[in-house]
Amino acid sequence: MQSIGLSAKDLTVSYGDHAAVKRVSLDFSAKQVTALIGPSGCGKSTFLRSLNRMNDLIPNCTVTGEIWIRDQNINSPSTDVVSLRQKIGMVWQRPNPFHKSIYENIAFGPRYHGTKNKKKLDEIVEQSLRKAALWEETKDRLHNSALALSGGQQQRLCIARSIAVKPDIILMDEPASALDPVSTSKIEELISELKQDYCIVIVTHNMHQAARVSEKTAFFLNGEVVEYDDTPKIFTNPQRPETNDYITGRFG
Amino acid sequence: MSAKTADKIATAVIVGVAAFIVLVLAGLLGFILYRGVGHISFHFLTSAPETIRKGGGIGPQLFNSVFLLVLTMIITIPIGLGAGIYMSEYAPANKITSGIRLIVEVLSSVPSIVVGLFGLLVIVNLFGFGFSLFSGALALTVFNLPLMVRITEQGLKGVPREQKEASLALGLSKWKTITSVMLPIAMPVILTGTILAAGRVFGEAAALLFTAGMSSPRLDFTNWNPLSPFSPLNPFRPAETLAVHIWKINSEGLAPDAAQIAAGASAVLVITVLVFNFAARWLGRYMYRKFTAIK
Amino acid sequence: MAQSLERQKAKPHIAEEWVGKVYTLLCIAFLITTIVSIVYFVASKGLSTFFVNHVSLTNLVTGLKWSPDGQPPVFGALPFIFGSFSTSILAAVIAAPLSFCAAVFMIEIAPKFGRRYLQPVIELLAGIPSVVYGFVGLSVIVPFFRDVFPGQGVGIAAGALVLSVMILPTITTIATDALAALPKGLKEGSYALGSTRWQTIYRIVLPTTLPALMTGIVLGIARAFGEALAVQMVIGNAPHIPHSLFESASTLTSAITLSMGNTAMGSVANNALWSLALILMFMTFVFVFIVRWLEGRKKL
Repeated sequence: MQSIGLSAKDLTVSYGDHAAVKRVSLDFSAKQVTALIGPSGCGKSTFLRSLNRMNDLIPNCTVTGEIWIRDQNINSPSTDVVSLRQKIGMVWQRPNPFHKSIYENIAFGPRYHGTKNKKKLDEIVEQSLRKAALWEETKDRLHNSALALSGGQQQRLCIARSIAVKPDIILMDEPASALDPVSTSKIEELISELKQDYCIVIVTHNMHQAARVSEKTAFFLNGEVVEYDDTPKIFTNPQRPETNDYITGRFG
Repeated sequence: MSAKTADKIATAVIVGVAAFIVLVLAGLLGFILYRGVGHISFHFLTSAPETIRKGGGIGPQLFNSVFLLVLTMIITIPIGLGAGIYMSEYAPANKITSGIRLIVEVLSSVPSIVVGLFGLLVIVNLFGFGFSLFSGALALTVFNLPLMVRITEQGLKGVPREQKEASLALGLSKWKTITSVMLPIAMPVILTGTILAAGRVFGEAAALLFTAGMSSPRLDFTNWNPLSPFSPLNPFRPAETLAVHIWKINSEGLAPDAAQIAAGASAVLVITVLVFNFAARWLGRYMYRKFTAIK
Repeated sequence: MAQSLERQKAKPHIAEEWVGKVYTLLCIAFLITTIVSIVYFVASKGLSTFFVNHVSLTNLVTGLKWSPDGQPPVFGALPFIFGSFSTSILAAVIAAPLSFCAAVFMIEIAPKFGRRYLQPVIELLAGIPSVVYGFVGLSVIVPFFRDVFPGQGVGIAAGALVLSVMILPTITTIATDALAALPKGLKEGSYALGSTRWQTIYRIVLPTTLPALMTGIVLGIARAFGEALAVQMVIGNAPHIPHSLFESASTLTSAITLSMGNTAMGSVANNALWSLALILMFMTFVFVFIVRWLEGRKKL
């Protein structure tokens, strides 16, 4: 069986009458990073948030079309959203650790999903923090508040938190845009590490970042995908004039 | 008159009024404490009232007030939290929900005396709980619930959306997200509001006249069997609270020192409310600092 | 692989969600049942005066004499209705300008000092129990009026004065919120044209915030209208329309408070008191309705 991916078919997302994403079809391969780029308001974040049904929370927001993970349509009304979201992790623009200790931030999810054994939880916490390259910095203060960490550390903690529940896919919504350059490069390194295990979809405003971390890039404009191809190709030899205009900085 | 003069006069008037309001409160508190504090003693706080002789205390009333407050909060908090959570997290944005909102608004403006009458008719007579602490607590619950709902809703609305989303994205159920992630963050607001609401409950009298009753049996403070009619712990005995006592001795007090007792009891009541107020303020600030200062 | 998703469907979170939903729904249902039964019981009791005891509604609302023990008993509640309206409206007349000044002080003149000192003071005023207000009214205001004006000191003036202090926080809070919510540009535009602060307040701030101020005043009147014990303690409780503000009078709430315990359930006299409660509740609806209407206008 082929490694797990995610594919959207004819996905349309509307707020009231306004369609923010229009009939988008995209396939995401496993063990790869896919970057979604495009100017503000082009629908890339809205699209990302549909992939784990986060848009359910927004009143007035309707999503039509299909999103397939293995043989299951995420968008079908019978989907168990709670179980689904465990398989699809998410990282936000601004770090949002829970108002709990570092340890609890990580252990919270696994404990809920059935791991009650203290030793097992300790293990998961250590592994997740190691994977997020945060273990060395935090191992002596695991029970301090997560809010005492720096912004970059908090963001890595959020990544560790989502890894801890063993997802297949991680969605990242501009994960480095609120961070300083040093933290940003740490996050980028981390993303490159993580793609060995996960299917990662990242929304970014920073085209250098997209070029550095991703294998594939999709360019969004006005709610539609203008171009979707291998990242080097998009950045060196785009097929569409709009893509070219955007990556050369002519608008957006 | 020039515009500048008018401006000066108006400013002076407004500042004067502000000062006047502060003075009114200072006078009010000063008067109550000045008249009452002298009368407060250990004996006054612990002994039973006298009907026609001097030297009665407010012991049972004070105990009743505290007991009633505890009972009321035990009933109010779970229901108020639940209803508040429903309004903030579950209620769909439709006509029914706005209808419920209207109902909560109406309930919060029903005069407390009407709530008391309702208690008399339904809780005391129809359900047969009689004049009792329990009836009083139910009536106060009705009176207090809308406030509790509003406080909970306010607290939950203040939780950043990212916190809720982070929890849901980990595959936690909505209910678990609410109880383990959102409620702890909303806690400072909810706790502060609840303490202020408790102060209101402590001083309420009109809703209690016809539910908890206007008299207390001779309580035996050595009898801790909650089923005995003379035990202070029995929730099904009549109980006159401090606020009701103040009202009663002012309108029909026969003891020669009724005025002093009223003053002393008022002082106790006001001091308690002040304590609630400051506790709420302090706790709110403390928790706020605890949550934000670590950054 | 597909199996693993299937397996997770059996997880306990489905039951958990269900528990949460049902629990909160029960709580809100309790709230709704309560208000519905309050309305139902008060209405059925209050209306039985007319339908069971055949007292005429016009007589009750316009009658001047209240004598439940008379032969035959007479139930004219106009003195109470008059008392309730006059005390609460008078209280609002006293409290509204003070509240407006307090709000202007807190927002426009001295925000720091206002937020730090005046606001807690006003919140404290809101927290003081009504019996304490009644007690202070009885021991300060009533004796003072007795010395200065003819009469016993009790009456509508004393009631209104006590109520005005009690509703001051309600009106002030709403007025303060309204002033604080005013767009900054609005005031700055006026200042830029060379207006003084008072001109700005008078010409710009007051007119724009008027609906909100009215909301505050109506809420204040509603609170005063329903207040029972504080008023009962200082108004004198004579069941007639007084000739002066310093003559003993009664309100709906004071009449209920005093007589409810002395009448037998189901008697005409008792039912008549329930009719008074019904009037109180009806007025609550009216006040809520007016507030809603004013809030609707504010949005326009």
